[in-house]
Order: sequence, then C-alpha cells, then structure tokens
Amino acid sequence: MLEFKMPSLGADMEAGTLCEWLVKPGDKVKRGDIIATVDTQKGLIDIEVFDEGTIGELVIKPDEKVPVGTIMALIVPDKEPTVKKEEKAPVKKAEKKEEEKPTGEIPVTVILQGIKASPLAKRMATEKGIDLTTLKGSGEGGAITKADVENAIIEKMAPKEEKKVAAAESIRMAVAAAMSKSNREIPHYYLETKVDMSKALAWLSEANKQRSVKQRLLPVVLLLKAVAKALTEVPDLNGYWENGLHKKPDINIGFVISLRAGGVMIPAIHNIDKKTIDELMVSLNDIIPRARAMKLRSSELSESTITVTSLGENNAETVYGLIYPPQVAIVGFGSITEQPWAETGMLDVRPVLTATLSADHRATDGATGSRFLMAMKDYLQKPAEL
Amino acid sequence: MTEPEIKQIIFRSLKKIAPDTEPEKLNPDDDIRHTLEIDSFDALRFIVDLDEQLGVETPEQDYGKIATLRNLVNYIMTKKK
Repeated sequence: MLEFKMPSLGADMEAGTLCEWLVKPGDKVKRGDIIATVDTQKGLIDIEVFDEGTIGELVIKPDEKVPVGTIMALIVPDKEPTVKKEEKAPVKKAEKKEEEKPTGEIPVTVILQGIKASPLAKRMATEKGIDLTTLKGSGEGGAITKADVENAIIEKMAPKEEKKVAAAESIRMAVAAAMSKSNREIPHYYLETKVDMSKALAWLSEANKQRSVKQRLLPVVLLLKAVAKALTEVPDLNGYWENGLHKKPDINIGFVISLRAGGVMIPAIHNIDKKTIDELMVSLNDIIPRARAMKLRSSELSESTITVTSLGENNAETVYGLIYPPQVAIVGFGSITEQPWAETGMLDVRPVLTATLSADHRATDGATGSRFLMAMKDYLQKPAEL
Repeated sequence: MTEPEIKQIIFRSLKKIAPDTEPEKLNPDDDIRHTLEIDSFDALRFIVDLDEQLGVETPEQDYGKIATLRNLVNYIMTKKK
C-alpha cells in the first residue's frame, strides 16, 4: 500500500486544507493525475499523484486541514514500486517537519473553515478571491451555494479591492516565511556579469517577424533557455541542499511572477533544456496567467530545481535574488538598457543585460557559479542555437 | 469604427488582462504600461487581444507608437481606414 501524503508546496507551506477529492476508492490513477484540490496560502492547488495504482482508501475528508506529510489516501500499487524515489523528494521532505512556526495564520484557509459551502462554491470563491465569511448562504441550513458566489463575483466586478486583501496577505506571509528561512540558513554568495544582448535581440526581432502576434517571443525565453543550457554544463547549481547537495536530473526552472496585489508566485516550468524556444513560450503563455490567478498544479509549486527572476523592461538594471530553499541558486536578470560597451579597443553602445547569480556556498563555490554565468553568457551570443 | 468604440475595446481588453486596474481613468497621454503597471508579458497579451478584437496586427517595431492611449487610438484608427 502506498501512502499519499499532503505534499509540501514550498519551504513555506505548513498545512493544507482538502477541498475536494476528485477520485473515489477503486479508481485507477497514474502518475500526473490530479486527484484532489487543496487550499493553501498560494491559492487552490490541483494535487497530482506520483504513483500508479488503484485508490484504496481516502483517509482525510474534505474541509480537513492537515499538516504537510499527513497521509491523505492509500493507493494500492499496480506493481512493486520501482526506483522512483528521487522524484518523490518534495513529498518525502515533508516528513521531517520543521520546528519553526513562520507563517502564523493562513488567512484564506481559516476563513474557509467552519463555513458551510459546497465544494464548488468554495472553489469558485477561492479562484475569484471571494471571502466566504462575507456571504450569506441561501442553500440548505444557510450553506453558501454556487449562485451565492456568482452573485458575489458580479458584485466584486464593480471594482472593490478589499476582498483580494486576504489572498494577498497570505501570499505575503508565505513569501516572508520562505525568505526569512533563506536569509537565516543559506550562506549566499553573489556574482554578476554584463551580457551584450545585441545578437540575441536582433535574432529575436527577426524571429518575431516570421511569427503571428500570438506566437511572438519575449526576450525572457532566450534567457530561460540559456540558463537551462548552462545548467547542463554546470549541474551543481540545479538541485536541493538537504544535509548535502542533491543534484536533480531534470531542469525545472521556477520562474518568479509578481502579483499585482503584491507578493510573488514561483511556478516551475519543467524540463526547459528539452523544450524548443516556441514550446517554452507556449508554456509561459499557459503558466503565467494561471499563476496570476493562483491556479497552479502541485508539481508546478513543488518541483523547481532552481529559480530565475527577470525584471523585464523599464525596471532596475540589477537584481540579486534570495535563494528559495531548499534550492541552491537563483539567477537574476535586470532590464536590458543601452550602455557604453568596450570591445576590441572600440567603444560602442549596446543593449546590455546585467545577470546575477546568488548561490548557496554550502553547495558550491564562486568558481562554479562563475563557470555557469560565463556559459550562459556564451549561449546568449549564439541565439540561433538555443 | 469611432474613437469611443475603440476606447471601449481597449479598456475592456486592459481590464481582462489586469482586472484590478482602472483603465477608464487613463489620461490620453499617460504611458499605458507604466501607469497600469503592465509587464512585458501582459503587454504582449494585450497586443494579442487587440489583434483578435480588432484585426489590427501590430509589428514589433510599432510598439513605440502605441504607448499612450491617444497614440494607440490613432494607430488603430489609421490601420482600420
């Protein structure tokens, strides 16, 4: 019997509330199936299963709030479990529960507890940032129904931001907890280099002429791709620190997305090294709006092996990131700006990108970090090969 | 298509991409992206959406011509002629 546990969706997550089971005992499941939705500080998350088998027993019930690592369901395996242990790392890690109590309250979840509402109503409310405590239920026994939530959504469309505050605040607390842990535990070292982006931007501009508006590429896809390629050369920066460096075979880049209401979401974009530039753009088009709407899958919140933060246009030139534990590195890209550029004894004006690396000194040394930055810089000079 | 109609489509599109902003409050010469805090990614979604709504394809080199509401409306009106 395999135990399916409440996954840890990041270093900052302590507990989650089961909203709904999407399977019942006897159902066959395979790796990647979504079997439940769980309410967390980062919104309502689709929880995926990592094993193949048949659902044996659903141990916890909807509305139960349980700590990370709690058994949620039992799964009867189809065959003997194979060596897939490594891939379960985020789940396993949950077992040794951190002693700290960083997050305090989880406003969204607390609000939902003790309120009678249908799972559908709850889901809609969470998606749209509706605070159920403010609603009057019209269903049986005062239960909040889908219609009640719909009315509230319509009302909310008339712009009033207050209801978003709860979600924004819980994200703030999640970021606070993760970053405090990072700053407390990880001895960071920092490196920085400037990259001449003229070749990359020229290539991009030509590439976009061949594409419809919908397929147009943003510079960030080249940056992500260059990071992934450089990581294949310097794999020590792609992994976790858990009593030693654990390098990860897959390159899943957590891409920082800032939320308008404050806070960030960091969904993982899987296997970037194996995606083409166009496939990567499709992934971004899918994942960024979902991250903004706080609608991500568990694998997207738990499987990043490194983080990239990119400030985009017209922003600060340089950013030094804080590592998202248990990862060991974060790459920061500032805005591309025109700068004087000296090369072969000549001075010119070029579009210049400042790239930084913050890395965990327990896991690697500056020489490794520097090798990574130089490799990435090289790739950005050969955009057609990315 | 009249100017108010184009503005309505622009506002609706901005509202879709950045629901918590108030595009109606934009002044004609405000920089749209700067004022509404729209990043590169959402800016591209906005251009894609305008293309779908209006059938106006904006080449990359024209991005500079559509930074403000006034310029964007003019740009669309010229293209629609």
